[in-house]
Amino acid sequence: MKLKHFFNLEWKQYFRSAYWQKSMALNILLALFALYFIVTFLALGIALYPILKDAFPDQDPLIIVNSYLFYWFLADVVMRFFFQKLPVMTVKPLLTLPVKRRKVVHYVLGKSVFSFFNFLPLFAIVPFGIMLIINDYPLVSVVIWMFTIFVITLIINFLNFIIESFSSETELSFLPIIALAGGLFAINYFNLISFTSLVATAVNSIYETHVFIIIPILILIGLYLLNFKLLRGKLYLDSSLQSKVKEVKASNLDWTRKFGEAAPFMQLDLKLIWRNKRPRSSVFILVIGLLYGLFFYPNPTYQDQPWMFAFVGIFVTGIFLINFGQFIPAWDSGYYKMLMSQNIQYKQYLKSKFTLMAVSVIIMFVLSIPYVYFGWNILLAHLAAAIYNIGINTHVVLFAGSFNRKKIDLNQRAAFNYQGTGAVQWLVGLPLMALPLAIFGASYYFFSFEMGCLVLAILGLIGIVFHQKLMNIITEKYLDSKYQMIQAFSQDN
Amino acid sequence: MINASNLSKKYGSNSVLDIKNLEIPKGQSFGLVGNNGAGKTTFFSLLLDLIKPTTGQIKSKDILVSESEDWKPFTAAFIDETFLIGYLTPEEYFYFIAELRGQNKADVDGLLSQFEDFFHGEILNQKKYLRDLSKGNQKKVGIVAALIGNPEVIILDEPFANLDPTTQIRLKSIIKDLAETQGVTVLISSHDLLHVTDVCERIVVLEKGEVIKDLATSTETLKELEAHFAGNQVV
Repeated sequence: MKLKHFFNLEWKQYFRSAYWQKSMALNILLALFALYFIVTFLALGIALYPILKDAFPDQDPLIIVNSYLFYWFLADVVMRFFFQKLPVMTVKPLLTLPVKRRKVVHYVLGKSVFSFFNFLPLFAIVPFGIMLIINDYPLVSVVIWMFTIFVITLIINFLNFIIESFSSETELSFLPIIALAGGLFAINYFNLISFTSLVATAVNSIYETHVFIIIPILILIGLYLLNFKLLRGKLYLDSSLQSKVKEVKASNLDWTRKFGEAAPFMQLDLKLIWRNKRPRSSVFILVIGLLYGLFFYPNPTYQDQPWMFAFVGIFVTGIFLINFGQFIPAWDSGYYKMLMSQNIQYKQYLKSKFTLMAVSVIIMFVLSIPYVYFGWNILLAHLAAAIYNIGINTHVVLFAGSFNRKKIDLNQRAAFNYQGTGAVQWLVGLPLMALPLAIFGASYYFFSFEMGCLVLAILGLIGIVFHQKLMNIITEKYLDSKYQMIQAFSQDN
Repeated sequence: MINASNLSKKYGSNSVLDIKNLEIPKGQSFGLVGNNGAGKTTFFSLLLDLIKPTTGQIKSKDILVSESEDWKPFTAAFIDETFLIGYLTPEEYFYFIAELRGQNKADVDGLLSQFEDFFHGEILNQKKYLRDLSKGNQKKVGIVAALIGNPEVIILDEPFANLDPTTQIRLKSIIKDLAETQGVTVLISSHDLLHVTDVCERIVVLEKGEVIKDLATSTETLKELEAHFAGNQVV
């Protein structure tokens, strides 16, 4: 079995997947995103030196950069965990063929080196390095520096492999990484151990004493070998290739009875969210969403731009709604046929989803109350945004769901799992955020901040008042597209 | 009980089902046989209103399935594993279905206790999700779930495939019991002529979407069917 066979197989797997063929638009979007990041990193790489020189004329820009490398690496680890897909090959058919197992493993590991995530930093590092050389830094040292960063990037790449393979075996897949990253960050922040200066010192000494480059290289080789060992052990049918069997931890969901006839669906939805990796990640995103305000509010530049408050409010209170809601009813696509042949009322099915989203908005609003620390305006804007989310956006998202034709395979594991875990899903959420922002912006511009909040809140209240009517319309729409949905959901990706 | 008239389904110009008239009386065990692509699953899907007929209609207990949903309370089906919810345990799945069909936990437990034999200790209390069960065990869950709530019409597509011999035999007695003593209309499809002749009192052979044989099962039926399908292969 030659390398070209591997390539050939992968090529076909990729381009013949129905997903690729069906959603050209999504691929173009992904490409645009990649392009965007490349350009951003390029700009960063080029501009960083002059900016730092300008801001801190009496400090060495390279030293400043080195002192922040820890955060860069930490961010890299976290980003990769959530966005980088492990290059899993369909190895099962290969196992009985005369292919050496080690060759398969080497190939899989080697392939991961060519991930976009490994090249992205280069777009910043190389221009920055060139800027350094132009500014009379020693050529060899700078090249060594660039090489060091790249080697560390690769170390992170293989580290991520290990982290992911371990965390995929635990029930709360993202907790370890969050604990790890958060722990490191906290230790560093409270100066228990200053990783920032550790990393800075390490990189600086490699920059000065070139021989030290051997250390990261050795670490890289070590990690590669460790990965090799781990993966090789998994290349047996009885271990990782077979989907893992997890012990069930059932929880008591009897409290959902309060929701009356929608209760069975509520229970189903909660289990759906908790027991499947993909919807579970939308819960995790709640945390990100909650912290999102911290990007804006402490920053004085945004303090006198109150229109931002409504945007953040919609985002913070509606993050679950946007994330989870946009895949209704595709979450249930795997067994949609069954649901449709059962004795169910569409209305209750939809009501469960609505309740879930509305409750999430309320919870997020309550959790975001501490932002009042940054001003009462913020609380007001969040409240208005929450009402708008409950009254309008929930219905919009449900209505839009009736156009949903893309199956989600909940059982799908890491391989080629593009489905909505990437940046793309945020795009779908744009209208949900852009519309209220436009409404708020207009009333803020022509009247006042309070007026803007009032308009949003009133719109939301109108939505809540007409909830039953709106749900009837939405139900009608779902019934209309029943056959198309069944057909689309029964197609494999 | 079930009446199909002028029923046809076309994809483009390709006709996959064309049934002039088919009447299935209450309490009949009805078998549908045919080669791949003969239209068996299409017929069941039409009966469950999962696809829209190109022409004609199906009535179940005089209810037009494509217009009213009132047939759902007395109809249950297991077509394939997409009828299962992978992230539930078998028990949770049974209770969920039961809830949709207006049954309580005790009803389900009572029903399940009758199937301990059938489950062979591999389904209940295993603390496993349905997605982690073997194909055969998934099928058992789906079939039993279709019996929850005393349905009057039960539709099983290929119920014998993927099951081990012991389970096949047990399933046969379950199906027979349903039709003979409980008056349930059972519709099954199968590739296994032996099983289907064992279980069903009436067998309809589909070919390219059309009914070409409609037999009341007798001792001769198996031979006749075998001759028919052997002949098909030669042509």
